[in-house]
Amino acid sequence: MIRITVDAEPLEGRDGQTIAGVLIGAGRTAWRTAQTGDRGVFCGIGVCHDCLVTVNGVEGVRACQREAVDGDRVEREVRA
Amino acid sequence: MTGIGVGVGAGARGARRVAILGGGPAGLAAAQAALAAGARVTLLDEGGRLGGQYWRHHEQLTDRRLQHGWARFERLRGVLDRAEVHNGASVWSAEASDGTLRLRAVVGPADAAGRTALEVEADAVVVATGAHDLALPLPGWTLPGVTTAGAAQALAKRDGVTVGRRTVVSGAGPFLLPVAQSLAVAGSEVVGVHEASRLGGLAAGWLPRPWQLAGKAGELVEYVGALARHRIPYRVGSGVVRVLGTDRVEGVVIAALDADWRPVPGTEREVACDSVALGHGFTPRLEVAIALGAAIEGDRRGRFVVVDDAQRTSAAGVYAAGEITGIGGADAALAEGAVAGFMAAGGSLDDDRMRGPLAVRRRMRAFAARLERAHGIRPGWTSWLADDTVVCRCENVTRRTIADRADAPLRAMKLATRAGLGACQGRTCGRAVEAVVAAAGGAPEGFDRRPVLAPVRLGEVAAVGRGSDSGAVAVETAISTAGRGESAVAAAEPQ
Ligand SMILES: Cc1cc2nc3c(=O)[nH]c(=O)nc-3n(C[C@H](O)[C@H](O)[C@H](O)COP(=O)(O)OP(=O)(O)OC[C@H]3O[C@@H](n4cnc5c(N)ncnc54)[C@H](O)[C@@H]3O)c2cc1C
Ligand code: FES
Repeated sequence: MIRITVDAEPLEGRDGQTIAGVLIGAGRTAWRTAQTGDRGVFCGIGVCHDCLVTVNGVEGVRACQREAVDGDRVEREVRA
Repeated sequence: MTGIGVGVGAGARGARRVAILGGGPAGLAAAQAALAAGARVTLLDEGGRLGGQYWRHHEQLTDRRLQHGWARFERLRGVLDRAEVHNGASVWSAEASDGTLRLRAVVGPADAAGRTALEVEADAVVVATGAHDLALPLPGWTLPGVTTAGAAQALAKRDGVTVGRRTVVSGAGPFLLPVAQSLAVAGSEVVGVHEASRLGGLAAGWLPRPWQLAGKAGELVEYVGALARHRIPYRVGSGVVRVLGTDRVEGVVIAALDADWRPVPGTEREVACDSVALGHGFTPRLEVAIALGAAIEGDRRGRFVVVDDAQRTSAAGVYAAGEITGIGGADAALAEGAVAGFMAAGGSLDDDRMRGPLAVRRRMRAFAARLERAHGIRPGWTSWLADDTVVCRCENVTRRTIADRADAPLRAMKLATRAGLGACQGRTCGRAVEAVVAAAGGAPEGFDRRPVLAPVRLGEVAAVGRGSDSGAVAVETAISTAGRGESAVAAAEPQ
């Protein structure tokens, strides 16, 4: 088990999951605000950049590629 | 599947230096064969683990039922203790000068600040960067809950999760079958699998030479069995033409499609679901091959790296293997990789060890041609787009905006509409934009030419030294931490 926070809210995930995996496992499918509405995972393999989040203060991290680490602070991104 | 035995003398000093980009079936087979031919091998892959798309896995999270040919993977991986392997290595630059090929990568957790710079020099490079899904746009496809078929597959295999509880799978090609199986095993109800091609097209593609399916047949039969066990309906000549919902997926509209993939009026029906997996085929990841100067050929339906019988590209010392030379599945990728790696290491096609891979490659090339005949994208699909349907997801560019500029040269069209200029650099929308332009009377080409190979931080690129080294042993340079606020996509310039 690992714990991360998403916009300060704690979420539990399984060790080794990507950040997208943890979010989806917790029932969340959207975590980025775009012009036409919220977005989450689309391609799942690092190609489309729809799944971007801020991780520990670093922007533009692909949630589908980044393995979650216990204690990670994840924040939502708002972009056109 | 045929393997190639590993000979002696691998990794000797003074041996040919072969760099392999990609750790999927093609890259792994290339590494094994290059080692067998006595080369010093360096393999790079941006993934955290080897295996590529086909053998994507996580020791604890992957359900064993979703893995195929695992023993082959373990054999290939086992040989690599005699090579230098870099996981988590995003290659962002590839160039040739004075007969030396040079790859530059950043190594570390995906998109992290302060990754390590890596430079690899080689006498020959095998490019095996694979493909990604081609999901055609539909009204509503930007709603959360809509993913590519490959994403559904990757999430199930890699993370053990599914996006929704009730999923509709729609698109074209045999890949929809393992995706449906994975969704079911990982716990989603699959409401239906919708294959756009009609029986006529499927029969023309598959029935004349069913023996060519040998090799792939076992796997396909297994998927069909899984569909039956999970009571998943499989419908041909139909597809999702609209996704319903306001904040997330609430359902889809499914319609019958004619032979050109045009929705047949009056056949629409609504189906309730909370997720949709779309896959209309694959598109090759050509960036590195193009950067190294390899010729690309084809038409709007598919452009691939051109290779000869030895898997040589038009660029000196550059070999290509796997999905970037044509979409033919894992067996084709393995066979091509073995040939490419062996030849890159200075081997000969007459070598006895090449007989197996060459035979498999011949059979699988025929398979790829039939795949395209049976499931290739048909031009009528653009008629399911509404005027205000987003085609370029990154920049939210609609069908109408693109069609209005269809007569402009591609570069002007991109600058005026911003289609293809967003974070993904047209990887997701490129083929769709070209189809919309073509349907509106324009003649587009060149969406696959991109200045950026892989997303890296500006700070990381700026800090990379120009130092070179004498062997395939990479130079590692510590680089400064990228500052907060920089985009993960470097200098995404319009072309
Ligand atoms: C998401 C997805 C899932 C798939 N799942 C299946 C499946 O379950 N079953 C099936 O039969 N077929 C599947 N396929 C089809 C699959 O493409 C092939 O059959 C097979 O994996 C092709 O092998 P390959 O070696 O050519 O490429 P891949 O397996 O795609 O390997 C290419 C590798 O190159 C790496 N790479 C690319 N660019 C860079 C770069 N710039 N820097 C560093 N590394 C890079 C990638 O990380 C990847 O590991 C899938 C395809 C996709 C896109
Ligand atoms: S979902 Fe496409 S990059 Fe993460």
